[in-house]
Amino acid sequence: MPIGLESWTLARPEIFLAAVTALLLLYGVLRGETSAAFVSVATTVALLVTAVLIFTPYREGTAFSSLFIVDRLTATMKVLMLIGAAITIPMSRAYFERVKVWRFEYPIVVSLAALGMMLMISANDLMSLYVGLELQSLSLYVIAAFQRDSIRSTEAGIKYFVLGSVASGMLLFGASLIYGFCGGTAFVQISRALLEGKAGEIGVIVGLVFVVAGLAFKIAAVPFHMWTPDVYEGSPTPVTAFFAVAPKIAALSLTISVLMGPFKPLFPQWQQIIVVVSVLSMALGAFAALRQPNIKRLMAYSSIGNVGYILLGVAAGSEKGIQSVVFYLGIYLVMTLGSFAVILLMKRRDMMVEQVNDLAGLGRTHPMLAFAMMVFMFSLAGIPPLAGFWAKLYVFMAAIEAKLFWPAVLGVLASVVASYYYLRIVKVMYFDEPAEALDASAFGVNRAIAFVAAVIVAAFSLAPQPLSLVAAAAAKGLFP
Amino acid sequence: MLLQALAFYLFAFVTIAAGAMVVASRNPVYSVLFLILAFFNAAALFLLIGAEFVAMILVIVYVGAVAVLFLFVVMMLDIKVAELREGFLKYAPIGSLIGIVLLAEILLALGVFGGGSPTIATLNQAGAHVGSVENTRAIGRVLYTQYFFLFQSAGVVLLVAMIGAIVLTLRRRPGVRRQRVAEQLYRPKDQAIAVVKVPTRGGVS
Repeated sequence: MPIGLESWTLARPEIFLAAVTALLLLYGVLRGETSAAFVSVATTVALLVTAVLIFTPYREGTAFSSLFIVDRLTATMKVLMLIGAAITIPMSRAYFERVKVWRFEYPIVVSLAALGMMLMISANDLMSLYVGLELQSLSLYVIAAFQRDSIRSTEAGIKYFVLGSVASGMLLFGASLIYGFCGGTAFVQISRALLEGKAGEIGVIVGLVFVVAGLAFKIAAVPFHMWTPDVYEGSPTPVTAFFAVAPKIAALSLTISVLMGPFKPLFPQWQQIIVVVSVLSMALGAFAALRQPNIKRLMAYSSIGNVGYILLGVAAGSEKGIQSVVFYLGIYLVMTLGSFAVILLMKRRDMMVEQVNDLAGLGRTHPMLAFAMMVFMFSLAGIPPLAGFWAKLYVFMAAIEAKLFWPAVLGVLASVVASYYYLRIVKVMYFDEPAEALDASAFGVNRAIAFVAAVIVAAFSLAPQPLSLVAAAAAKGLFP
Repeated sequence: MLLQALAFYLFAFVTIAAGAMVVASRNPVYSVLFLILAFFNAAALFLLIGAEFVAMILVIVYVGAVAVLFLFVVMMLDIKVAELREGFLKYAPIGSLIGIVLLAEILLALGVFGGGSPTIATLNQAGAHVGSVENTRAIGRVLYTQYFFLFQSAGVVLLVAMIGAIVLTLRRRPGVRRQRVAEQLYRPKDQAIAVVKVPTRGGVS
């Protein structure tokens, strides 16, 4: 099959991003260390332009011998992911300058990771799925260890690399079984084979389990979450912010397109797996962080819990479910980026601090910042009328409509337990004896991001329609 | 046909012998060299069954890159063979167990315990129908057309690996003399040459 011009037009955002990244890499290499500021701004702009390119004009279809697919869901997920990636780049500058690793390669690698995530999201074949996933993972391993003189950062990088390779191995093993039993790697071939009676084959089910295990590792769902707290704590904080947002969106989108696409005929089988993984993630996210003193680890457990709620929407397997997932991811993006913007502002005597207790008395010393953090914590805890409440509500409603009563009840209970540690942060900020005040900082990027995010989260109830319309349109793509 | 059989037994024998020597030889450098010998013979075996692409890849990737890398590591690290052998008896039972399991699996696949053994015909049926085209040409036909997208993406993965390796390991040390051709060529004579009066038996300081 020849590659027509159609392929190139469909993949134009990816091609644009790859080309700009390559040019910026050349520029950075030629100009040396001084180019970091320009490269980071240019990469941010390039990521945002890529997001715009996806919808101007929007086209859908498959490309490159149907290795690559663009539809409403993938386009929406790509835009969410690109926004997340683009915002974390300017957030990182102050931190990296302080630890003296402000180098032009960071935005370049982030942009290549974003490219990998776009390929992942658009995968329409087990092979393109794997190549995209590896491109993403390899970039993430590099930036986890980016602060290479810090032993914790290096440890995080190695740990992530080793465990990530194991997960990739599981995924490949599952993919090979599926290829063997279905006679093809293309999603279309797999789904055709399953509909023609291969669905009962034990080999296909074992393969599916391994593929789901590999994907669960990438989204850090229990029982494949072990790496998350260590990697989140060890990585440089801006990298943690990036990890908490963009890869989750990409991997969840991939999970949806694998499960709802070729494996739709195996819905009863994978629903059980996803429900168990989801309930376990919600429970672990709620209980493990109860006495967690380190705020980065706390955010890691919080992200595990959030993935649990999102997977509940996936497990519903209905249009409502997918809609709630997109909706949740949009709100999660804003809440998480806002919280990390505040965490990145936590420094005392010019040293970064990351204990929950370091926030003591923030309500008196930095009232605006404390208020923003309070909004994020209330929202993460799911207290109405903040955005996080609506996100959880939609997911639970979708689960109940799909007759997943017990998982939904357990989810609500887990969210009650989890609200303890979110509210503890608020209590520390407002009611504890003030610790030595954090450094006052000039009005910078992080402050701006924190305030904009806080306003969005707080005022979300006034205008929830845009996001829910986007989510509805995205979900419609999967259910024609 | 006889020649082919002879060649097969020759290469197979050398492969197994070299494999045994990898384990048995006292010097780790010899081990790696025997490993390279084993790779070459395995490549020849692949050639005999008509898989010339795999044979070439085996030589290029395993001999050219992996084995040389091993050699570097072995030469740079001070490995004491005696220490490595200390646990030999302790691990012998589990090792032989794994060996037996693998042997049983091979026999099972060959149909020794009943069940039909796979023949070339059934294998051909399951695999891709390349027909009379040799496999390098068959791969070449799809690599830049059907799988062009994957080929390009794999290139980007390699780019990330390259950037990552440089970012994480390259250090700019001060005081390193770097070659700057233009500066060196434009150096005026009075900076480059000094006329020194050397006293007899004094030497140049």
